[in-house]
Amino acid sequence: MPNQDKIPEKPEGETRSGFGRSTRRTFISRLGMASLLATTGPAVTTLAQRSGKVEQGLSAESKDAIPVTLRVNGKKYDLRIDPRTTLLDCLREHLHLTGSKKGCDHGQCGACTVHINGRRQLSCLSFAALHEGEEITTIEGIGQPENLHAMQAAFVATDAYQCGYCTSGQIMSAVALLKEPCGPEDAEVKEFMSGNICRCGAYQNIVAAIQNVRQNANPQKAG
Amino acid sequence: MKTFALTQAKDSAQAIATAAKATTAQQGAEIRFIGGGTTLIDLMKLNVEQPQTVVDINRLPLDKIEALPDGGLTIGAVVRNSDLAYHPLVKKNYPVLSEALLSGATVQLRNMATTAGNLLQRTRCMYFRETNMPCNKREPGSGCAAISGVNRSLAILGTSEHCIATNPSDMNVAMAALEATIHVRGPKGERSIPISDFHLLPGNTPQRETVLEPGDLVTHVTLPPPAPESRSLYLKLRDRASFEFALASAAVVITVANGKLTRARIALGGVGTKPWRSTEAEGGLTNQPATEAVFQKAADAALRGAKPQSQNAFKVELAKRCLVHALKLATQAA
Repeated sequence: MPNQDKIPEKPEGETRSGFGRSTRRTFISRLGMASLLATTGPAVTTLAQRSGKVEQGLSAESKDAIPVTLRVNGKKYDLRIDPRTTLLDCLREHLHLTGSKKGCDHGQCGACTVHINGRRQLSCLSFAALHEGEEITTIEGIGQPENLHAMQAAFVATDAYQCGYCTSGQIMSAVALLKEPCGPEDAEVKEFMSGNICRCGAYQNIVAAIQNVRQNANPQKAG
Repeated sequence: MKTFALTQAKDSAQAIATAAKATTAQQGAEIRFIGGGTTLIDLMKLNVEQPQTVVDINRLPLDKIEALPDGGLTIGAVVRNSDLAYHPLVKKNYPVLSEALLSGATVQLRNMATTAGNLLQRTRCMYFRETNMPCNKREPGSGCAAISGVNRSLAILGTSEHCIATNPSDMNVAMAALEATIHVRGPKGERSIPISDFHLLPGNTPQRETVLEPGDLVTHVTLPPPAPESRSLYLKLRDRASFEFALASAAVVITVANGKLTRARIALGGVGTKPWRSTEAEGGLTNQPATEAVFQKAADAALRGAKPQSQNAFKVELAKRCLVHALKLATQAA
């Protein structure tokens, strides 16, 4: 898989013209527009209006909005958000950091894993407004296509994904694991990674990627 | 999710004064404290919890683990499960607690979940979590869909005709065997509650899960000093190896001298409507030789009152084997 298209999806990429330079996100949304245009006139109007409303709903300020200042990937953001906004929704919908994924939205799959003050947590099970003054790191802050984190490179090298949806959460957990009291055996890596579900079943290669990075970092300890 | 006002508690007194205005501290509370949020936000998304006010207690100075002069331990309410599990004094003096915590949930959840939140963890009964189904705990008087429904994972001890929901916590089971004390500050002052009195049986009021009243804030939990020469461990049996709730679990804290059990504290998980301290098992073990026959008798005594449902009769035998095996492991180590 070409990793240029994989990590991360930059909003500025959306200004590029043509399908050739698209990110996956813009490609899919343009695909949606194309199929929309292929339908009959009145249907186009209705759907376009509806999607327009959705956009407005996401950006419009709720009457209950509260001011929140967050630090994400070293950058400060002053926001006004509804208190119900989970950290995950805030990252994706307000800051357009779409690398963190929404899988189950109930703390069961790990796709939304981010680091808060260096520890991995589930961004879907926390309100954004609870995290003022904390250092939040997302997959976008771990590495970039031109400068991959060793764990990202290892995931590419060992083919530790198929569809890629769980991958950013897997990598966030894997990077955190390097500093956790995880024993050298594969079984321990699996236990420490049990909060990240991969529907494609790339588990063997995920374990291999993590063990490769640990081996390189500390040849004595990691098995 | 229903909208709510989010407030930051400046200090415990302010948090308590805010929450004291609620009509209940139980199911349906209009005002909730939030710690890690791993139970509360999950249930708010399902509309099982619909607080109008959420009070953030994460910044209160309740995040310390400290040795007590008597050799015991005090654990702040917002200490994270990971920090508690890996604390050197917990690993040294209370391995059962460390093992129970590490057998629950995942690294991400343990990094978020708090001590008090784990104490107050809500049941995983699927009928409680699904607002289209009757549930006496969520909606008193609506009936229990689990008794005639899918009840494989539900309780066999401490049930009533109104509710068979299991207390899902592993930590609570270890805390029960360690005879923890829950310290609460409320509108009327401070009080200390032994963990065995903290959680309530469902009876006719399954919506009442603890003795907490409006405004009550769990501030910390204390553990008595470890009994001299005692050993402890937690054994958890479940459908898969990780990230799964217990079908049956056992927390054992025992002292063996000259092949004889001089002291035993036993609690079971996955089978009870509350963390299930078994004084019956303890009675069957104390001053008896550490043999399998004795363990088996104690396990039989622990499960004598079991009332299995249509799909969970297997838990009676599973819980017995779990306890017997835990006792074997604990005495082998001796």
